Amino acid sequence: MSDRITGLIVCVLALAFFAGASQLEMPFFADPLGPKAFPMLISAVAFVSGCVMVLRPDAEPNWPVLATFVRLLIAVLVLVLYAYGLKPLGFLLPTALAAGAISYQIRPALLASSLTGICLSGFLFVIFKYGLGLSLFAVPRWLMAVAG
Amino acid sequence: MDLLANLALGFSVALTPTTLALAIAGCVLGTMIGALPGLGPSNGVAILIPLSFSFGLDATQALVLMTSVYYGAMYGGRISSILLNIPGDEPAMMTTLDGYPLAKQGRAGDALVLSGVASFVGALLATIGLMLLAPILARVAFLFGPAEYFALYLLAFCTLGGMGSNNQAKAAIAVCLGLGIAMIGVDSSTGMTRFTGGSLHLFDGVDFLVAIVGLFAVAEVFVFIESHGRDSAIGVTLEKIRIPLRDILATRITMLRATAIGFVAGLLPGAGASLGSFLAYMMEKSSAKDKSKFGKGDVRGIAAPEAGNNAAAGGALVPMLTLGVPGSGTTAVLLALLMTLNITPGPLLFTERPEVVWGLIASLLIANFVLLVLNVPMVKIFSRILQVPAAILLPGVTMVSFVGIYSLSGSHFDLLLMIGFGVLGYALRKLSIPAVPVILGILLGGHMEVSLRRAMVLSDGDWTYLFGSPIAIGLWIAALLGFIAPLFLRAYLKAPQGHKDEA
Repeated sequence: MSDRITGLIVCVLALAFFAGASQLEMPFFADPLGPKAFPMLISAVAFVSGCVMVLRPDAEPNWPVLATFVRLLIAVLVLVLYAYGLKPLGFLLPTALAAGAISYQIRPALLASSLTGICLSGFLFVIFKYGLGLSLFAVPRWLMAVAG
Repeated sequence: MDLLANLALGFSVALTPTTLALAIAGCVLGTMIGALPGLGPSNGVAILIPLSFSFGLDATQALVLMTSVYYGAMYGGRISSILLNIPGDEPAMMTTLDGYPLAKQGRAGDALVLSGVASFVGALLATIGLMLLAPILARVAFLFGPAEYFALYLLAFCTLGGMGSNNQAKAAIAVCLGLGIAMIGVDSSTGMTRFTGGSLHLFDGVDFLVAIVGLFAVAEVFVFIESHGRDSAIGVTLEKIRIPLRDILATRITMLRATAIGFVAGLLPGAGASLGSFLAYMMEKSSAKDKSKFGKGDVRGIAAPEAGNNAAAGGALVPMLTLGVPGSGTTAVLLALLMTLNITPGPLLFTERPEVVWGLIASLLIANFVLLVLNVPMVKIFSRILQVPAAILLPGVTMVSFVGIYSLSGSHFDLLLMIGFGVLGYALRKLSIPAVPVILGILLGGHMEVSLRRAMVLSDGDWTYLFGSPIAIGLWIAALLGFIAPLFLRAYLKAPQGHKDEA
């Protein structure tokens, strides 16, 4: 079933891609092929392959149970928040939180994962900042401005 | 002689203190990366690339560092295969078949030393093969016009898809996905934007490093979260290390044979090290008179796949350097490195930047000896790092990936894109759609389209031009065969089952 659904999604995407390509305006002085042809070719191949997946699906993969999905979702959420937080909040705090959270998702032990988060954050900061010379800020810049 | 002069140039580059230090550091890092389950050569090299830029390395140095990591990972992959029955990376799969049973018989040290020596033989001979063959192929590559290049890219996708997946349709979907992503951004011939959805962030296209780190490293984290780190198998303890001279001598022919097979497998664009170790093992098994011990700790079953995968790793560098077509997932990542360094691999690389090519080759020769030392007398130290639990390793990998990508562009958009690719990579893995063709598609999509369009300009829109030369026709036939043949061979080439622990 998963394969059939995926195949269907691929077909729809291929059609959308084809439509997107056909909307492109042909520039006045283009090469014989222009910017449309290759994307259209790709979408044709993808469409056929998608159909094959719908018609001849493989055995069902082992999808994880719901609880695992929740854990994965949390992990994605943590990473997204980390992506947004890295700049305004400085390196140390978001990294410790994110690393700890990921660690907790792999092995649910609160103390061990908090320690992992804190140690990784400090260790990586030293390596990145002083070993590799990246310009990272340990704490939020506004905090440093207040202190300085 | 040309070769000697080139080698002299190479060693003059490789023996500068910085380059030498980088080669050694790369070997150490690579062996560690290879040994750690969940951190294969592809994602190991991928997360290190952004960091090597911020370190301010020049082209040769960055390339030497990364290829040493690549070679090192090929050596290191066997350590967890043998001790834990978990392949440290994909090509080391075949080593688990006989390595782990032998380790369970209390001969873990022997297995590690033997496989280390086999790795050395395979990698050294393959590096010499690279040295001899690459300049010749580079000269042939001068004959390649746009039609030939288009057919060559097609060949790479077909063989990679054909060999790398059990389902041709899924492989084709993976390729199309990569090619489609490569189309995003400004079209180089006309300057029009395509498929950006109006987002300014996408005008430059999707940075392939973001895609690579996402698909390999971030996806791996999700896989580990799902498996709950429960893969930490029973494992075997390592006794004192001795040199099993008798076994090494007994397998010398095996090693040479496996090296030859592996090297050829590596040369095929799109096939790579996994195929090399697989073919080497299967050949060895089918040519052996007494097959009963295979799968139960036969020394030939350890020497063959290890020599094979390391030889393939060297062989895969030949098409990557001369034609710009990578032979495996990791060489695809190395190609990404070259492209980011503004080096165009291909025949011109050998004439215009000989110091890069020959410096690299000389460094690899040196790296092999360093790796022999690291992997035979010092293997015990590296076997220790297997004890790093996944709950510490994987968060570390994630954070290194994030900081690496962040240091490239400093925008959170790329980070979000990377997470997106991580989710995509996880889904693809679940659906057993291979991820490597996606990477290859993103890397080569632009080139493939440009060569097709150039061919059409040259022929004024005549499609038969694509089959206009003997080289092009040969490549088309090879591409078709590479895609279709695995359908029929699959019945014969079934991978043997690994050793199971009694619970």
